[in-house]
Amino acid sequence: MCAMTSPRSLSEVWSEAEVVRKSFPHSFSDQIVTDIYGNVEQITKQVLSKKESKRYIFDQRVDDVVTSKWFGYPLMLLLLVIVFWLTMTGANLPSRLLSSGLFAFQDQLTLWFQWIGAPAWVHGILVLGVYRTLAWVIAVMLPPMAIFFPLFTLLEDSGYLPRIAFNLDHIFKRSKACGKQSLTMCMGFGCNAAGVTSCRIIDSPRERLIAILTNNFVPCNGRFPTLIVISSIFIGGAFAAPYSGLVNALAITGLILLGIGATLLVSWLLSLTILKGEPSSLVLELPSYRRPQIGAVIYRSIIDRTLFVLRRAIIITAPAGALIWVLGNIHMGQESMIAYLAHYLNPFGQLFGLDGFIVMAFILGIAANEIVLPILLMSYLSTGYLQDFASLDALRTVLVSNGWTWLTAINVLLFTLFHWPCSTTLLTTNKETGSKKWVLLSFALPTLTGLTVCFLLTQGARFLGLV
Amino acid sequence: MKKTQRIDPLADLAPGSVCRIVSLELSGLLRRRILDLGIVPGTLIRCIRRGPSGDPTAYLVRETLIALRSEDAAQISVRTLLNGEECV
Amino acid sequence: MNLTAEQKRVLWEDRFGISLADGQIGIALAGNPNVGKSTIFNALTGLHQHTGNWPGKTVDNAQGAFLYEQKSFLLVDLPGTYSLLAHTVEEQIARDFLCFAYPDVTIVVLDATCLERNLNLALQVFEITPKVIVCLNLMDEAEKKRLMIDVPSLERELGVPVVATAARQGVGLTELKQKIVQVASGSLQTNPRQIVYSSEVEKAVKQLLPLVGSLANNTLPLRWLALRLLDGDRSFLESLSSYLGVDPCWEGLRCAQ
Ligand SMILES: Nc1nc2c(ncn2[C@@H]2O[C@H](COP(=O)(O)OP(=O)(O)OP(=O)(O)O)[C@@H](O)[C@H]2O)c(=O)[nH]1
Ligand SMILES: [Mg+2]
Repeated sequence: MCAMTSPRSLSEVWSEAEVVRKSFPHSFSDQIVTDIYGNVEQITKQVLSKKESKRYIFDQRVDDVVTSKWFGYPLMLLLLVIVFWLTMTGANLPSRLLSSGLFAFQDQLTLWFQWIGAPAWVHGILVLGVYRTLAWVIAVMLPPMAIFFPLFTLLEDSGYLPRIAFNLDHIFKRSKACGKQSLTMCMGFGCNAAGVTSCRIIDSPRERLIAILTNNFVPCNGRFPTLIVISSIFIGGAFAAPYSGLVNALAITGLILLGIGATLLVSWLLSLTILKGEPSSLVLELPSYRRPQIGAVIYRSIIDRTLFVLRRAIIITAPAGALIWVLGNIHMGQESMIAYLAHYLNPFGQLFGLDGFIVMAFILGIAANEIVLPILLMSYLSTGYLQDFASLDALRTVLVSNGWTWLTAINVLLFTLFHWPCSTTLLTTNKETGSKKWVLLSFALPTLTGLTVCFLLTQGARFLGLV
Repeated sequence: MKKTQRIDPLADLAPGSVCRIVSLELSGLLRRRILDLGIVPGTLIRCIRRGPSGDPTAYLVRETLIALRSEDAAQISVRTLLNGEECV
Repeated sequence: MNLTAEQKRVLWEDRFGISLADGQIGIALAGNPNVGKSTIFNALTGLHQHTGNWPGKTVDNAQGAFLYEQKSFLLVDLPGTYSLLAHTVEEQIARDFLCFAYPDVTIVVLDATCLERNLNLALQVFEITPKVIVCLNLMDEAEKKRLMIDVPSLERELGVPVVATAARQGVGLTELKQKIVQVASGSLQTNPRQIVYSSEVEKAVKQLLPLVGSLANNTLPLRWLALRLLDGDRSFLESLSSYLGVDPCWEGLRCAQ
């Protein structure tokens, strides 16, 4: 029992207010807003004066191109290709320098360990496990991120992103979703967990859920390195030097488009089934273009974003590298633990054109997508004798000697694009939706998509005798 | 100030033309959102451009560019002003 | 308002996830989306909240501290909102903080290039708290668009300090900090302009006001409370009962649910 300290309860006053509201000649809240704007206009009349300015014309001219019937869509594609092309060709040299530097240092480390007389297993865990994996992550991830993030931030600061939403809204409307979903997908490029949180900008709860559930269909920064490396080896690598960069950029762009296509398709299917409903409304502000401060953007995106993501990757990779080394060196009968696990998973993997090691790497990658490729390589290496894999050629040799074909490569690319979200994203989804059901669905949707696509491709290729 | 007397849905407004809001037939949260953005009866609004596939459309209201879908803009009644009468 | 420092600390921690240290002055950064709140937040606190030229970049509260004139301040960066009548999750976060966290000072950041839409929110904030500073940001952009704003007369019209800034370039931030100190300490009195409603609205408010009086222990301005109830904003009602439910001086309200 609770003492009534006030004579009227909230609900009583609420119903009283309802009576007054209903007796109001027209809509009460309309009147309030209109009155506020009346007050506002009185103020601005006193304080604001305008002169002709060319600034508005500038904005208009840019929008004339950026949102035009003919250039609107091609320009978005072109920007995507340019961003990836710059990222990949620009990252090439620094990646190579970094890896040769870091692996040269590994030899130095080995010498030191021998000098102080450390036991072999200590050297194994720390140098061959932790250090080698970290060197890999840094060499492969740092350069592309240090190029991609500043480029993306420049686009974001200029005011282009809302135009993307403006251009794409009608396509999302056909999928019975909201154009702002494209903004949340842009955030997903950086990090899917951030993408899921950014879905708060979508007004309709139904469309917001759709955006959350499908965010993982755009590859985040943790997945880019895998896409870039595999595509460089197996797709770009098939072409001569001046073209390989462009071919790579096109391949990655193609994958992104596939992801966008899957997003639209799945959004539409969700709208027809469990999240039934019609598209609601769109109210989107298109801010004026602002000139980005280039120096500040580069500094900020490298310090805040690149190093932040790298740190996260390192924190997760270091123990994973140690674990893989240990598993690779503990033997159960003839086989190392890791080979044993891989053999166990292999039949499942083969069904989808993958192998046991790949499946295991993806499963461990639930901790963070960044570690999928390093783990995969460490596992291959822990059973073989190859030591030097500082160059892409060496890497290619490792993969091919483990039975990779072009089909394996494409399946890995597709499965990187379409598989379960990382643990951080799952936790964020849980926080945002507050329900295990939606978390489960956000896990199942991309996974089922990936398995289906890989299965059909693999069985099709085998049936046609292509591999 | 001369005005044409015709009342049209905002969605029918051609890019470049200016009009004055007469009333909103929208309901719920959307109505509220539109009002909050300063689209209240009496406000001048200029149609700026359509998206690459004809929808949504961007309107200039109180110095800001707001994009609306045609279904929603169809539920806002406006009175078109003669060319050059007033500027937004 | 009526809260003790300890009650407020608990309220901020439990309901908004913000840890207010002892003796720290809590400041809210409110404003329309994309007006530069996070940029100002970063400039004052030295932190690195993400910014971007599109509405909706920030979707959650962020906190950061700074020292000025030997005083410690806790700045809370809020998601952008077009009005206090919230629609989306992120706007609700901003609305709830402004209405139910009772910050010591509220800074309303305005985009100088679209004053009208921004003043709409400022006037609404004026209705709930007198301790307001208006920060007129993006002055460089307004200059480029050749919009002339008479800052002293805007200050007179609004009845609160107005600081013109270009946050990205760091212009005007020292003055902003000075005003924060002055308003927080009470050495600068503010008297925010109150909205004048049309007579029908005023009449309705008068009708309801006596009933509302018994609801609030002066925690929220009665007139404003009456207006919101008349508005019929359900999400606000939910927030109202949820926040008042945790506050011991609102015991009587629990019976309503
Ligand atoms: N030219 C100029 N640009 C600015 C200024 N202040 C902020 N910006 C830019 O405006 C954009 C928006 O800034 P934010 O700080 O993200 O805005 P916000 O108010 O936090 O936006 P939401 O989080 O979406 O509500 C960014 O691209 C900033 O770089 C300024 O004074 N002048
Ligand atoms: Mg922000």
